Amino acid sequence: MQRVYLDHNATTPVAPEVVERMMATLREEFGNPSSVHHFGQRAKAAIDDARSAVAALIGGDASEVVFTSGGTESDNFAIRGIAEALEPTGRRHLITTTIEHEAVLNTYKALARRGWKTTLLPVDQSGIVSPAALEAAIGDDTALVSVMHANNEIGTIQPLAELARIAKARGALFHTDAVQTAGKISVDVRALGVDLASLSAHKFYGPKGIGALWIRRGLRLVPVLTGGKHERSRRAGTENVAGIVGMGVAAQLARRKMVEEGARLGPLRDRLEEGVLAAVPGTAVNGTRASRVPNTTNISFDRVEAESLLIALDLQGFAVSTGSACSSGTLEPSHVLKAMGFPPHRTQNSIRFSLGSANADGDVDRLIAVLPGIVEKLRSLTRTPVRA
Amino acid sequence: MRIVVAMSGGVDSSVAAALLAEQGHDVIGLSMQLYPSTASGQGPSAGSGQVPTDGAQASATSDERFGSCCTLDDLHDARRVASVIGFPHYIVNFERQFQETVVSNFVREYASGRTPLPCAHCNSDLKFSTLLDRARGLGAEHVATGHYARVEQRADGTWLLRRSSDEDKDQSYFLFSLTQDQLARAVFPVGTLTKPRVREEARRLGLRVADKPDSQEICFVPDGDYAAFVARRQPDVAHSGTIVDEQGQQLGTHGGIHRFTVGQRKGLGVSASIPLYVLRIDAETSTITVGPRQALEHSMLTASAVNWIALEPPAEWVSVTAQIRHRHRPAAARVRSLPGQRAELVFDVPQPAITPGQAVVFYDDDVVVGGGWID
Repeated sequence: MQRVYLDHNATTPVAPEVVERMMATLREEFGNPSSVHHFGQRAKAAIDDARSAVAALIGGDASEVVFTSGGTESDNFAIRGIAEALEPTGRRHLITTTIEHEAVLNTYKALARRGWKTTLLPVDQSGIVSPAALEAAIGDDTALVSVMHANNEIGTIQPLAELARIAKARGALFHTDAVQTAGKISVDVRALGVDLASLSAHKFYGPKGIGALWIRRGLRLVPVLTGGKHERSRRAGTENVAGIVGMGVAAQLARRKMVEEGARLGPLRDRLEEGVLAAVPGTAVNGTRASRVPNTTNISFDRVEAESLLIALDLQGFAVSTGSACSSGTLEPSHVLKAMGFPPHRTQNSIRFSLGSANADGDVDRLIAVLPGIVEKLRSLTRTPVRA
Repeated sequence: MRIVVAMSGGVDSSVAAALLAEQGHDVIGLSMQLYPSTASGQGPSAGSGQVPTDGAQASATSDERFGSCCTLDDLHDARRVASVIGFPHYIVNFERQFQETVVSNFVREYASGRTPLPCAHCNSDLKFSTLLDRARGLGAEHVATGHYARVEQRADGTWLLRRSSDEDKDQSYFLFSLTQDQLARAVFPVGTLTKPRVREEARRLGLRVADKPDSQEICFVPDGDYAAFVARRQPDVAHSGTIVDEQGQQLGTHGGIHRFTVGQRKGLGVSASIPLYVLRIDAETSTITVGPRQALEHSMLTASAVNWIALEPPAEWVSVTAQIRHRHRPAAARVRSLPGQRAELVFDVPQPAITPGQAVVFYDDDVVVGGGWID
């Protein structure tokens, strides 16, 4: 069966050049970067090159990049690291939004249980955080504000520069989970005025298991992983050399191709979106279409369980999702759509289509061809639940 | 033929799926997620006082640890079986439907002084209803389960439900309320096998679940403490009342009728010279009537929402053997239909502990004639 992959926000295929360089690294650069000798030096050089490439992708400095095991660890490190570092100053208030990834939300919950005060900024149905809301919530005891650059489920881009300005004015630090934007659209940490940014390689054609946290020079975080002095004593553990090299290559490729890819995917995504809205009655786009990453559209389907639609599409070879993949493999109502104020049924009838390198025009056509039939069939079988 | 197999992660449904795949069917494994997915490997319900784990989905009962079945680990087992045998597997979130059809009924019944049979509701209102709808949405006209039971079609096209080949494991009792339409779409691949044989098959197929123990308790009350479960959901059941003898004389007090079931001997907190058993539970007055064993035996019962499978509702008495509990040796009786989808049944020999809320299922040898809910 011919399969069409439309879930690039969940993960992306590893670019061939990335695979090649990683294989070469595994074969030839096996040294421990911390070793003094020749083998260590070569491995260190490899990761330093990657560090520069990642820094260049976001307009930062190589010395400001710490490699981690992925976006989740980067988020944990940023949030816990700052919260604990600033605790002695009396700043024990943390702000974030209701539409963040669980890596941020659950880390905030964990800190709340240990006594930090947390505030979650709401969003409206456009899926955008309002600077006024931050203004109202922020205080002199706020240590950190964390707002994602673009939301993984609906793709909406937050007004980071404005939000970061507000945080700075009150002496609070600003972290952004840039996992869904790095490599897709321009992320310039200086222009945005953020203090910390999380990245994840597998979202821009790099391997899974490797990410980075960009930390503005001068900031001190309390490390999450303690041990050796790796990553300038910020993140202990022998470096995942091949993974880091892979991330570096992916970052280079992304930097080169980002604008072109964005220009290709935007219209393709629009075509998919318009096609679905036209061909399938009872559909609507979730979130504002105005400020979005170019590859994402999140569409609700009236009177259809997203779960059923997802399975039906998979059985026909189309890979899509409803939002956050989660370890149990089960589909829970989207906390993002819920936060946007949609009623319960709409949080369970929406599908996310996220395009990428694996897609071409033909894919969209094929999808539009089968979707109406699938939806109609599912709708015809909807019944009210039997009450015992 | 495309068939959806309801997979619990246990050996029976795993083998059912594997056998169908081996026979060349286009199998799709669906596991129902029935309760919030907390961390895997959770033990018995710990009640309140536990801090919810990171990532626990917020719910009214977020402190509870659900599941002796269909936990995350079980869902993973099902997924492993699917990947070993080679068919797609998905997890469907039926938390809301499970609450609505099974759990709320369970609580309501206990609060009304009845003893519920949730598994029967799960079968007729969830597995062969909501799940069946999902299956049809995916192009499968049948749902298979790991139940020990058999369906067959008569010459005239009507469907029969029979006990399984393994008499000890037979689960036909829990399937009595399936309609003709549901039976037509039900497939029970292990119904013709014995349990030891099923485990053998699992080993032959290389499935890790071959030696997985069967879940014994009601799946959503893993520690068996039904009373505590009910009280958490409906705190007002836990109000006290009196325990009386058959003459109405007060013998003691109790902390809530939900803690009792007809025929219960333990936990009465009443001392007497002879063993006393719960005879009746009156929800209105919150009174438990107890008495000696002989008083527990009755010949007559009436049932509601009766489902007749093998014949039209009989106006005249029909001879059957009837079972009033899963683990009850079927006893000879006669039954006839009453208006309003009801029935009355008379046992040849009085039976102990006829319990309102349980099912009475009528058999003709190993064929399920019908069944209903004991009034």
